[in-house]
Amino acid sequence: MKTTKDTTTAAAHGGDVRLSGISKTYGSFTAVHPLDLTVPEGSFFALLGASGCGKTTTLRMIAGLEEPSAGTVHLGDQDVTALPPYKRPVNTVFQSYALFPHLDIFENVAFGLRRRGIKSVKKQVDEMLDLVQLGEQARKKPHQLSGGQQQRVAVARALINHPKVLLLDEPLGALDLKLRRQMQLELKRIQTEVGITFVHVTHDQEEAMTMADQVAVMNAGRVEQLGSPADLYENPRTTFVANFLGSSNFIEAEIDSRGGDGLVLKAGGGKLVLPEARNSASTTTGGKVLVGVRPEKISVTHADEAGEIPEGRNRITGRIADSSFIGVSTQYVVDSPVCPEFEVYAQNIARDPRLVPGAEVVLHWNPAHTFGLDATQDIDAGTEEEAAV
Amino acid sequence: MAVVNWLKRHFVVIAGLVTLAYLLLPNVVVTVFSFNRPKGRFNYEWQEFSTDAWRDPCGVSGLCGSLSVSLQIALWATLGATLLGTLIAFALVRYRFRARGAINSLIFLPMAMPEVVMAASLLTLFLNMGAQLGFWTILIAHIMFCLSFVVTAVKARVMSMDPRLEQAAQDLYAGPVQTFLRVTLPIAAPGIAAGALLAFALSFDDFIITNFNAGSTVTFPMFVWGSAQRGTPVQINVIGTAMFVIAVLFVLASMAVGNRRKKQKA
Repeated sequence: MKTTKDTTTAAAHGGDVRLSGISKTYGSFTAVHPLDLTVPEGSFFALLGASGCGKTTTLRMIAGLEEPSAGTVHLGDQDVTALPPYKRPVNTVFQSYALFPHLDIFENVAFGLRRRGIKSVKKQVDEMLDLVQLGEQARKKPHQLSGGQQQRVAVARALINHPKVLLLDEPLGALDLKLRRQMQLELKRIQTEVGITFVHVTHDQEEAMTMADQVAVMNAGRVEQLGSPADLYENPRTTFVANFLGSSNFIEAEIDSRGGDGLVLKAGGGKLVLPEARNSASTTTGGKVLVGVRPEKISVTHADEAGEIPEGRNRITGRIADSSFIGVSTQYVVDSPVCPEFEVYAQNIARDPRLVPGAEVVLHWNPAHTFGLDATQDIDAGTEEEAAV
Repeated sequence: MAVVNWLKRHFVVIAGLVTLAYLLLPNVVVTVFSFNRPKGRFNYEWQEFSTDAWRDPCGVSGLCGSLSVSLQIALWATLGATLLGTLIAFALVRYRFRARGAINSLIFLPMAMPEVVMAASLLTLFLNMGAQLGFWTILIAHIMFCLSFVVTAVKARVMSMDPRLEQAAQDLYAGPVQTFLRVTLPIAAPGIAAGALLAFALSFDDFIITNFNAGSTVTFPMFVWGSAQRGTPVQINVIGTAMFVIAVLFVLASMAVGNRRKKQKA
């Protein structure tokens, strides 16, 4: 069983999926811009992005259901670019499953084996149905099963062929929230058990982060950033990634000087410190930087007690515009001269009764939690407001 | 008052039964009169019960010959129209080509055109081509007018088919031929069957176009029409009743199969 998660040594494996300069255009529309991507063998890889970002097209090019306009697809050492889908050692779990309505569950799962001329399929099919806990349903037709069961049949039908790569196209999109959470864990369990490479397409950032070892965030036909879920979350390199994965606050700042702890930035009247390693913008003095910080990293202190805040923390002042009690946390929206709607999530450990809308507060955080991005980008890229337009 | 209320409550059932009676009454008459022993040459008045005609259905000269011609033409016309119609339907739904829009509307033309006009123009066409009228001209004509119905029936089915099913088959190692035989065809089958049944019924029934283009060949509807001038043998009712019974048995059998499947699933 191969469950290698170390991507640095993965290049040594023979089963990687390698996309080189692959692109897809429809007339004048470019669905996928030339793209290089390596999916390490045995990993759970997610392609994450909003609808129309090219993630499904990329997946279909790996499956052979879409012909790339340029570039190559390699599975291990084999160039499969010119192979039709039925000759590729790759199987797909389709969006809305595409189970054959005229065949029962057993025959659906046996389909791939039979097409490859394997005669005695019973043992394998039974085992596979047990793996997805559907042994009892073998003789039912797909429409007699619930959504979650159909989803498991689709996984079993693909996995039974022991593909080099399993492709999943929004496999959980049609399920309700509770079932989706359950199936996320289930799919992760199956992947660890069989050790096959999974490439999972989703628009749900939480789903991608829960399941995947590696996530490629896609936007407008390009990969914005590639990395482990924690890395993407903590070190986003574009505003799109920062906003699409969780939410972020941005302050426009100017580089003032270089101190011992990092870059010292001017924002409004105050100063902020940004570790150089976490800055992906230019570092020339006087240059503009977008300073980002996640809402949960910030502490809120009432202005009367500003003196008690330890030295060395980044701080900005503001007034609470709105607060909502969520249970585990309270979410504040703070109006600040440097940023009109600063979001802060405060855990409900000791609630200060003075922190109500209208209260003057100081927001402060550890400079190590600050990240710097190129200031020429759209601050709202990847937010829900932008997606709604 | 009570009667009115009762009528109100059972209005749907009563309306249904009345409609059914309206539909079935002619069939009942056909069946009843197949057991008649008429006095003269015409089987229009009830005389006395007899099974003579049932014991000798081919007793009238030419009747069974015409029936056989009709069945042969209907079978071949069904086969031809279903095959061609299915291919056309798939082409129209699945592929984008030059005259697609035009073909899509032209395919309805034979359905819309008055039959007698088409019959006459077909005859003109055959005569100008120097074709000899008979079995083959009837068959060509029947395939032609059955096509539109098959295309319409199959097209509806193919349009509602999820193209991802075929992609899934390809993804699971089925080549183009296997994909068609194992997935596309079975899923389109109900539409194809509906088209075929329609084609058979239309071809077997047809009188006007057949009469124009038959030459000396006599089909069953032509035989009935011809004999109605001189007298109607009871055997015509026997054949009619038999056809009706076979059709009903066919429907009952398919319903029984469907029911059993449902029970198995439950």
